[in-house]
Amino acid sequence: MSATADHPTPTFHSSLLRSVTVDQVALEERAASLGKRSIKKATKVAGIRLAISMCDLTTLEGKDSHGKVIQMCAKARRPDPTRSDVPSVAAVCVYPDLVEVAKGALAGSTVKVASVATAFPAGRSPLSVKLTDTRRAVAWGADEIDMVIDRGAFLSGKYRMVFDEIVATKEACQRSQGEAAHLKVILETGELETYDNVRRASDLAIAAGADFIKTSTGKVVPAATVPVTLCMLEAIRDHWFETGIKIGMKPAGGIRTSKQALHYLVVVKETLGADWLTPDLFRFGASALLNDLLMQLSKEETGRYRSGDEFTKD
Amino acid sequence: MASSSSSNVKKMNGRQASPVVQTPVPDFTTWDYAPAPEATDHFKIAPRWELFIGGKWVAPKSGLYFDTINPATEQKLAEVAEANEADVDAAVRAAEKAYEKYWRKMPPKERGKYVYRISRIIQERARELAVLESMDGGKPIKESRDVDVPLAAAHFFYYAGWADKLDYAFPGGRKAQPIGICGQVIPWNFPLLMAAWKLAPALATGNVCVLKPAETTPLTALRLAQIIEEADLPPGVVNIITGAGKTGAALVSHPKVGKVAFTGSTEVGKRIQKACAGTGKRLTLELGGKAANIVFADAPIDQAIEGIVNGIYFNQGHVCCAGSRLLVEEAVHDLVVRKLTHRIRTLRVGDPLDKNTDVGAINSKEQLQKIRMLVDSGVEEGATLTQSPCALPGRGFFFAPSFFTNVAQSHRIANEEIFGPVLAIQTFRTPDEAVEKANNTMYGLSAGVWTDKGSKIFKVSQRLRAGVVWANTYNKFDPTSPFGGYKESGFGREGGRHGLGAYLEAV
Repeated sequence: MSATADHPTPTFHSSLLRSVTVDQVALEERAASLGKRSIKKATKVAGIRLAISMCDLTTLEGKDSHGKVIQMCAKARRPDPTRSDVPSVAAVCVYPDLVEVAKGALAGSTVKVASVATAFPAGRSPLSVKLTDTRRAVAWGADEIDMVIDRGAFLSGKYRMVFDEIVATKEACQRSQGEAAHLKVILETGELETYDNVRRASDLAIAAGADFIKTSTGKVVPAATVPVTLCMLEAIRDHWFETGIKIGMKPAGGIRTSKQALHYLVVVKETLGADWLTPDLFRFGASALLNDLLMQLSKEETGRYRSGDEFTKD
Repeated sequence: MASSSSSNVKKMNGRQASPVVQTPVPDFTTWDYAPAPEATDHFKIAPRWELFIGGKWVAPKSGLYFDTINPATEQKLAEVAEANEADVDAAVRAAEKAYEKYWRKMPPKERGKYVYRISRIIQERARELAVLESMDGGKPIKESRDVDVPLAAAHFFYYAGWADKLDYAFPGGRKAQPIGICGQVIPWNFPLLMAAWKLAPALATGNVCVLKPAETTPLTALRLAQIIEEADLPPGVVNIITGAGKTGAALVSHPKVGKVAFTGSTEVGKRIQKACAGTGKRLTLELGGKAANIVFADAPIDQAIEGIVNGIYFNQGHVCCAGSRLLVEEAVHDLVVRKLTHRIRTLRVGDPLDKNTDVGAINSKEQLQKIRMLVDSGVEEGATLTQSPCALPGRGFFFAPSFFTNVAQSHRIANEEIFGPVLAIQTFRTPDEAVEKANNTMYGLSAGVWTDKGSKIFKVSQRLRAGVVWANTYNKFDPTSPFGGYKESGFGREGGRHGLGAYLEAV
């Protein structure tokens, strides 16, 4: 999205220095209580299929290769080739140099290609490098950019700097034809530690133009948790109440089981409503999750668990 | 995500990409939870329940029985004996006999073992008790399962530990002595838990009991009587008799009863206090409430919303300490109302036995009528009513989660205890005004304070005339914490070390 009359470049407001406070105990209690919803039978099957369609199938390793990415893309297109009712995942998420490979392997499918950028995962490079990183990934065809915020700047109170970097990265997502890659802003909540910080970083990212806010890189423990996600969804909800604009949410890292995924879906449903139950507005950043979703789907239908060997690793 | 219908096969990197298969794009905007009712076939409810007197199940001398129904279905669950004066007298005499013969002579350590045993059996029967509680009273299974039953067990555990340590409970006093026979009358909102609140401290301190559960919810107390039987308590130490107001009146006015404990309405509490006046009976009353839940502008608002919801919609608002008056700082009033409007739409009202139900059935037809009458008065007096648009079941007694805005301090809904899922929202401008409004009530059982500022919590809570003040939370209960009221919310404290005092002579 370019800076037009309809969409002016966001500017930093002093109001962003005021922060909404979050009560840790009550937030965690609420998040846990939503884990007690009973999801079974048809609801479970529907929830699992929804979760599959929301996966950002991810590989972000130094040893990533063309072969690995091509194999992952095949799985992304058709997570279970034996069944036609299993949807494609939402996207694959790779490093910038593998965007073209993924694009090629996914041509003609609905699966998007997301690329991490901005000196992922630490973000410790000059802004010019981060922007070049982003522009390149966009030029290579990334549909979505997963950027990291500068946590060092954030934790030392340089909120304006964090804000301006997001704005600049958003501009770097611009494509020539007036289109733009979608921007997901990774807060790396495991390094922000407090919910007050998570809330403030969410507000900053949303105000600076994030299309999605995302918990984690997957390189820091803890990665996504349900309470952190709830805290971020509350920021999204406040923005929605205020402006009518719907921002997306992506918990990433540490989500491995269907039970966890369904818990997240319940939190989304009860915090923001069913409008957000779409891959346009909610994603799971995960790699191991997909096979558990497929396994549980098959278990719901046959009543039996199949061997792990029956599910392809890539 | 739009699905592509393209089925191009493209070559890339020397590999053949698989043809795109059209996968149905499911519509999940209606994704909803399937009904998840808790099974009820793992136990049977006996069709008729007698009185539990002197360790035996005896038919009432009255010859009368009354029905107890499931308020969610209006179907009869069982019939229960109605104790008359003669039955009450038999129960009190059985208690007296047990006191003289067994309980007063028993070493405290041994007494404690029995109380521990009761709590363990409650834990073993937790699922059955939770289901029974939800069937008889209408509360959602998630509450009876996660709150009522575990807390009931915890109360017995906690007080069992005190049994042999009473001399240390009140240092400097005389040796602690039990009072003797306790007459205990409990309400219908937390039937098993209130029985535990009453029996656990009484037994641990060496007293014997005659307990009367409410007429709409007698089953878990009667099931508890079976548990007490199983725990092998000496016969007559606990007697459980059923009946309505007349039975309760006979019990509290029985001359041999040395200690009366009542939880229920202020109106009945006043009558009991009159009946006990001049008799030398010890009395504790835990009565109504109209608690102020105070939300300051600097509060964590999203969590405060959860606290407001928990404060007033927990147990359909049938909670004496419910946060039924929301006092919200004017600066955040609109935000809070907007969020609360959004939030109450997600409350799931319906079958109490469904694990996904948040708000169950109103306990009785009479209570539903009372709620409706007071809500009508609110509308008529000019307050603005907002209700969840949820669908209510066709049968049973249900009321949609509701709140009033534009409430004046003079409105009935701001003063009278509605005892239903109905919140009255008022605004304030300064902390002084908040305290003044919070205390401007005949009640004083509980209050809530929501602010991110620790110093404000202490400053405000110390000025609130309420027995329990929760800060940044609401409706939290623990057996170690005393609970009780100011003003017309009653007197005496239950829970914690304080709860022992009401059952001992020396202190």
